Amino acid sequence: MEISVNGKPMVVERGITVDGLLTLLDVKRQYTAVAVNRDVLRKADYGTLTLSEGDRVEIVRPMGGG
Amino acid sequence: MYDTNLVLGGKEFTSRLIVGTGKYSSMDVMREAHEAAGAEIITVAVRRVSLPSGESILDHIDTTRYTLLPNTAGCYTADEAIRTCYLAREAGLGEMVKLEVIGDQRTLFPDVEGLLEATRTLAREGFTVMPYTNDDPVMARKLQDAGAACVMPLGAPIGSGLGIRNPYNIKIILESVTVPVIVDAGVGTASDAAIAMELGCDGVLMNTAIAGAQDAVAMARAMKLAVEAGRLAYKAGRIGKKLYATASSPIEGLPDWTS
Repeated sequence: MEISVNGKPMVVERGITVDGLLTLLDVKRQYTAVAVNRDVLRKADYGTLTLSEGDRVEIVRPMGGG
Repeated sequence: MYDTNLVLGGKEFTSRLIVGTGKYSSMDVMREAHEAAGAEIITVAVRRVSLPSGESILDHIDTTRYTLLPNTAGCYTADEAIRTCYLAREAGLGEMVKLEVIGDQRTLFPDVEGLLEATRTLAREGFTVMPYTNDDPVMARKLQDAGAACVMPLGAPIGSGLGIRNPYNIKIILESVTVPVIVDAGVGTASDAAIAMELGCDGVLMNTAIAGAQDAVAMARAMKLAVEAGRLAYKAGRIGKKLYATASSPIEGLPDWTS
């Protein structure tokens, strides 16, 4: 199925969890946060929340700024 | 001279200079500048992870030493800013946030309606809200009433280096609120920071003035000294301004040179 990750389309296996996606992308968990379809997730939910076709995933972390 | 600490969200800080992490020529320069500034609070932005994910800015900041202050720069609505704060909290960046709701791309002036709405929501959610606002005393009081932990009026547009354009409004803001007042944005050089502190502000927040200086580390030290000097001068109590001279040496006891 196709989802969008940080604005870019990505094909992933059906039933993948947020945790699975982060592992697939090799994203460090520390200082990272995830939103799916505008909802900010709690880290505790990464393992249980499965993504659906068309989901828009945002993965963020701190960057330089003022 | 005895001085109190800057208190934000129940935490005490001895440094009154808050610095950013944007636009440095290198991570080494940034780290040295943070050190030279003597800062205890450091702002960061929250942005999409670039994939594949490489090094993080936090690889260059000792998070056991500095308090991170995530900002909502680039947010144009209260909703975006609120969600960004939630992201920052979930990312483990804490609950102290530099709240920006921008109203105009060219000036980066705040959208105070959105700012007030976001401040109210976030304060209710337990965040320590530090709103970047304009130099309007009425809005400053409204932000305080909405639960802001401090108010952060601009001295001049972000990154402009124009200094404190309306010191009288900053002065009135200081008289209008009881929460700390931190000048955020507009500082160009050390004297600007000193002026903010001499007015009685509780702190100064800056990024570009340091990061964009030819020698960022030297400017960071200059800003540290300016903030300290300005604070000390404020606490010391300056003399009044007068139009005409008042002699510093006594008139009495002058020798008589008349012939």
